[in-house]
Order: sequence, then C-alpha cells, then structure tokens
Amino acid sequence: MMQPYASTAEKLARFGLVTVSLLVLLFLIIPVLVIIPLSFNSSSFLTYPMDGFSLRWYEELMSSEEWRQAFKNSFLIAPAATALAMIFGTLASVGLSRGNFRFKGVIMAFLISPMIVPLVIVAVGLYFFFAKLQLLNSYIGLVLAHAMLGVPFVVITVNATLQGFNTNLSRAAASLGAPPLTVFFKVVLPLIAPGVISGGLFAFATSFDEVVVTLFLSSPSQRTLPLQMFSGIRENISPNIAAVATIMVILSVLMLLTLEVLRRRNEKLKMQQQ
Amino acid sequence: MSQSAVINAQEQTLDLRAKLKKSERAYKFKSLMLIAPLFLFVLVCFAFPIGTLLTRSVDNPDVHTALPATTSALTTWKGKTLPSELAYAALVTDLANAKENGQIGALSKRLSYEIPAYRTVISKTLRNLPDNSVASKRDALIEIDSAWGELNYWKALKQASTTFTPYFLLAALDHRIDSASGSIVKADPNQSIYVDIFARTFYIGGVVTILCLLLGFPVAYWLATLPEGKSNLLMICVLLPFWTSLIVRTAAWVVLLQSDGLINRSLLFLGVIDAPVQLVFNRTGVIIAMTHVLLPFMILPLYSVMKSIPTNYVRAAISLGAHPFVAFWRVYVPQTFAGLAAGALLTFILAIGYYVTPALVGGAADQMVSYFVAFYTNKTVNWGMASALGSLLLIATLLLYAVYGRLTNPNQAR
Repeated sequence: MMQPYASTAEKLARFGLVTVSLLVLLFLIIPVLVIIPLSFNSSSFLTYPMDGFSLRWYEELMSSEEWRQAFKNSFLIAPAATALAMIFGTLASVGLSRGNFRFKGVIMAFLISPMIVPLVIVAVGLYFFFAKLQLLNSYIGLVLAHAMLGVPFVVITVNATLQGFNTNLSRAAASLGAPPLTVFFKVVLPLIAPGVISGGLFAFATSFDEVVVTLFLSSPSQRTLPLQMFSGIRENISPNIAAVATIMVILSVLMLLTLEVLRRRNEKLKMQQQ
Repeated sequence: MSQSAVINAQEQTLDLRAKLKKSERAYKFKSLMLIAPLFLFVLVCFAFPIGTLLTRSVDNPDVHTALPATTSALTTWKGKTLPSELAYAALVTDLANAKENGQIGALSKRLSYEIPAYRTVISKTLRNLPDNSVASKRDALIEIDSAWGELNYWKALKQASTTFTPYFLLAALDHRIDSASGSIVKADPNQSIYVDIFARTFYIGGVVTILCLLLGFPVAYWLATLPEGKSNLLMICVLLPFWTSLIVRTAAWVVLLQSDGLINRSLLFLGVIDAPVQLVFNRTGVIIAMTHVLLPFMILPLYSVMKSIPTNYVRAAISLGAHPFVAFWRVYVPQTFAGLAAGALLTFILAIGYYVTPALVGGAADQMVSYFVAFYTNKTVNWGMASALGSLLLIATLLLYAVYGRLTNPNQAR
C-alpha cells in the first residue's frame, strides 16, 4: 500500500498507525498469555516475578474432587449440547436454503435470536420454565439450554456454506436415482462439512464458556468448569484458577487451529470448483 | 386442428400444471419439515420461557389468591368511605385460610411494596384474629390495628389485588401509582434506584463501544492493508482472545489489575506511581476488561468490510489532486460506515447484557441491569421486579437488534 514517493507526513501517519495497532494487538493478546506462566509458579502469589517452576497447582487440581467433577461435567454437557445443536441446526439450514418462501427472513432471525438476548434473561426465563418441568438441577436441562445457545452459530455457519453450494450437484444425484437421504449423506453433507464442523466448534465453545445460564439451572453437583472458575474467582483467586485457565487457553488454541484448517480446506474446494 | 385435440392439449397442460403445483407443494412441505425441529426447539426452550418472563413482569397473583373473598368484596367498593362489614368479614376468613395454606409470607411481602407498614399490620392482625362470635368484624379489626380504619390501607389492598399490575414495570422506571389519588407519580427517592441502574448500564456500554471503536478502527485498517500472509498471522492476536473463554479473560484481568498485580508493579517500578492504584473492583476495571472482551467483535466486522473496499477510489481521489489525508477521510472512511455501525451496535448490544465481567471485576456501584435481574431472582426472590427489569432490558436489546438487522441486511428488513 505504501508508495515509495510518500511524503514525510504520510510516513509519520503510517508509523503512528502501525504503532497504535501493535499496541492494541498487544493489549488483546497479553492478558491471555500472561496467566499461563503463573500457573507454573511455585509460590501461591499470582504475580511476577515468579519464585520457581512447579506443577503443584495442576496436582492440586487433579486431587480436588470439586474440580474433577467440574471437568467431567463440562466434557459431558458440552459434547451433548454440541451434537444436538449440530443436528437441529444443520437440518434447519438445509431446509432454509431450499428455495425462497415467505417469512424466510423472519424464521432465520428467530432461529438466531438466542444469540443476542442477554444471557441473564434467558437464564431467568429458563429457571422459571424448568422449575415447572422438574428440569432444574438436571443434566438434561443444562444440555437443552446449552444446545439452544449454540444453535445460532451452527445455523449461521452452515447457512453461509450452503450459499456457495451448487444445488445442481444434489439434483444430479437425485436424477441418477439416489434417494433423498443418500443425496444428503453422500453429496450435500461432505460438501458442507466444514461449515457444520465450524458451527459445532462455536457451539462447543459457547457451552464450554457458559456461566450465567448454568449458574441459574445447576446444583453444585452439575457445576461446569467455567462456573467453578467463576465461584473460585469470587471467593479467593488462587493459582489453580491460572492452571484451569491455561488448560482452557490450550483448548481454544486447538479449536482455532481446527477452524483455520477447515477454512483453508473450504477455500481450496472453492478454488477447485471455479 | 380438431376441437377435441385442442381440449385434449388444454387438459394436458392443466394436468401438468396441477402436477407441478403438487410437487412444488411437496418440496416446500419437506423444506418446512426440515426447519420444524429446530423451530419447535427454539420456540419451547427459548421463546416460551422468555414470554413467561414477560408476563411475570405484570403478573400479580399474591393478593388475589391469598384473599379471594376480600378481593371480590372490594370490586364494587368506590373508596370514598370505609368498606362494608362484608369486606371486613371476608378479610377475617381469608386471612385465616391464607395462614393455613402458607400464603401469608407472599401476601405481606406484596402488600408491603404498597405500604411498608403493611407487614406489621398483617402479622399483628393474624395474632389477634377475631373468631366468629364477634358481632362486628369491622370494629374488631380496627381495634386490633387502627390501619384497618384508614382508607389508604384499603385502597392499597384493592390496588394490589388486581390480576395484572403495572407496579413492577413502573417501579423499574422509578415510578409508582399513588394509592390515594390513583395517578402515576415519581417513586420515593430512597427507592428510585432503577433509572440510575439503566443509565449506568447504557453509560458503561457506550464508553466500552467508543473505546472499542477507537482501538479497533486502526487495527482493522492496518490489517486490511497488509498482505494476506502477514495479516493472517497478526489476526491470531485478535482471534485467540476471541476464542478464549470469557471467564479466563476476566480472571486474567483480575490477576493483572490487582493491587500487587503486574500492572501496578510495572508502574511502581517505572516510577509512574508511588503507591499501588486501585484498578480492580471499580469502574476502571470493568471498562478495561469489557473493552478487552468486546474488542474482537468490533475488529472482525470492520476488517471484513475494509477488506472488500476497493483501493481504486482513494487512488482516484489522490490522482485528482486530493491530499491523501483528505482522500482517506472523505472517500475511504465513509465506505466503512456500514461495518462501523454494525460493529458498534453489536458491541453495544452485547455490552448492556453483561453479567460475569462486572460481577467479578466491578464494585457494588458498577453492577449493571443483568446483575439486578439475577439478584432479585436468587437473593430476594422478588420475581416481579426481576422480570420487569429483564423485560425492559430485553425490549432495549430487541430494538437495537432490529436496527442492526436493517443495517447489515437492508433487503431482508423490508
């Protein structure tokens, strides 16, 4: 972008832009990274300079019944909610992409509305509703709630992928005699898989990050990882919070990498089609 | 062509048309069936509970379920003089029944919203409830507590016994219905906290949005002008925090901002300050942490809009003699307005609904509407108030979302 004949003022402006941008990027990334080394600190102070390297906080995590239960709960609820969100979301997106019909925009807006309503409102509404259905303090209730919060992401990503989907492919398969289910599993699904998976990742992250709704709907035995962290930070922030945070950052990195791989694959496919 | 052949051909087209219609209808039906499961799921697990929440903000069950006979005895009462002997007798029976059914707690709580002294009036009356032998229930009740001889108490009772009430919604806007005159007046100053809470919520949301805009614009612009490889690499700095759990980022800020945290230590070391500054559990902490959490929501839409802006226009402006700064300001920046508005609205919508970050990083004076919705639901079990505050927040959010939809997808909104 920068022309070799740029004036001094322009060079200065560019320099200012780069400096400011780098500072903002540092502001974004430092808090995420700074907590990682602290989880290996041998003293119980959450500050620098560190005293020495130790794994004691991770050992403490593993030996704590509460934290083990929280890990278990999160790894139980998040995959179940993700699966539900992926199935419902993909079906609905395929339905929405099949031609134009009335109220399409309205239906779409309705299906993604759980994303924008403040969580506390969803939480209180579900609290009253689940109390009536005896679903408070149950895994089923939490899975349903988390699936509902994750569904909009699946709808959005799958919908976006379907925009680039060539419907002639499924028509061709159908005209060659493939039954609808075969067309879906053999032709449509493999092509929209990147969208489905990235939507699923978003849904997983949503469930894995959820505090407010879980706070209202769960008893101590269903506490998820983020909820356990929430109460931990409230009571007394100790280095085992940093240890959990580190594990969660690693998980985010893995999800981000998967997403990047999917994005590349999708782009390659698009290039090939053209 | 003979006549019969024409008719035959017409029949065939009609037949074909009907077939086409039928298959189109079947196709449409199948599409709708694919959408149906999710639609029902969102309807049952999302729309219905929120609808219930909305009705709860005007629902007023406590008084008329606890005092059904009194409620009906008061329907024709005009409020000019004390109610008839009938109403007093009904009250005595109702109170006795309510005590048996365990409804007294909810009843006196609801009545105390109208007149705070009602709580003691009820408990005093219950302790000395007259039995059937008493000839005039009216005299007996007034004997127990002189409040039963005051029009105000009866008017308040009648007002609180309606099936629906604007009480909670008005209270959430710092207003109430004066039981003596029946008109809407400002609430007592010591109960007028809610407008302040909404103002605080919008203020924090506004400041965070402006900060995100100021910090996000240069980054998005810089990344959009860099070559693909470089910008993808730097994008990690935006995407990793975006993917990192909100609770992890909030925890990180508590660690960084605490009085012996990294920031205070660095500032002390550099000699900028002499003693640690309070950065956490106050407004500063909330704004810093929320800006950090929401910044990616500003950068990502801005970046994608800026990526799609062709560079030709700015070049054309410069070649026509515009100073590069003028060209940037008058040609480039206006093209980013759509992304700018969408990003800002999204940030603001998300910000005003925040609960976790202010709860962990803020002090008592920095809690936003969401906190009070949770507080009234869990702590004081005042579900009417929780629902009213929630409903107003929901309405604000949906209005902003409608504007957002119009900005990002102008065809769909029409």
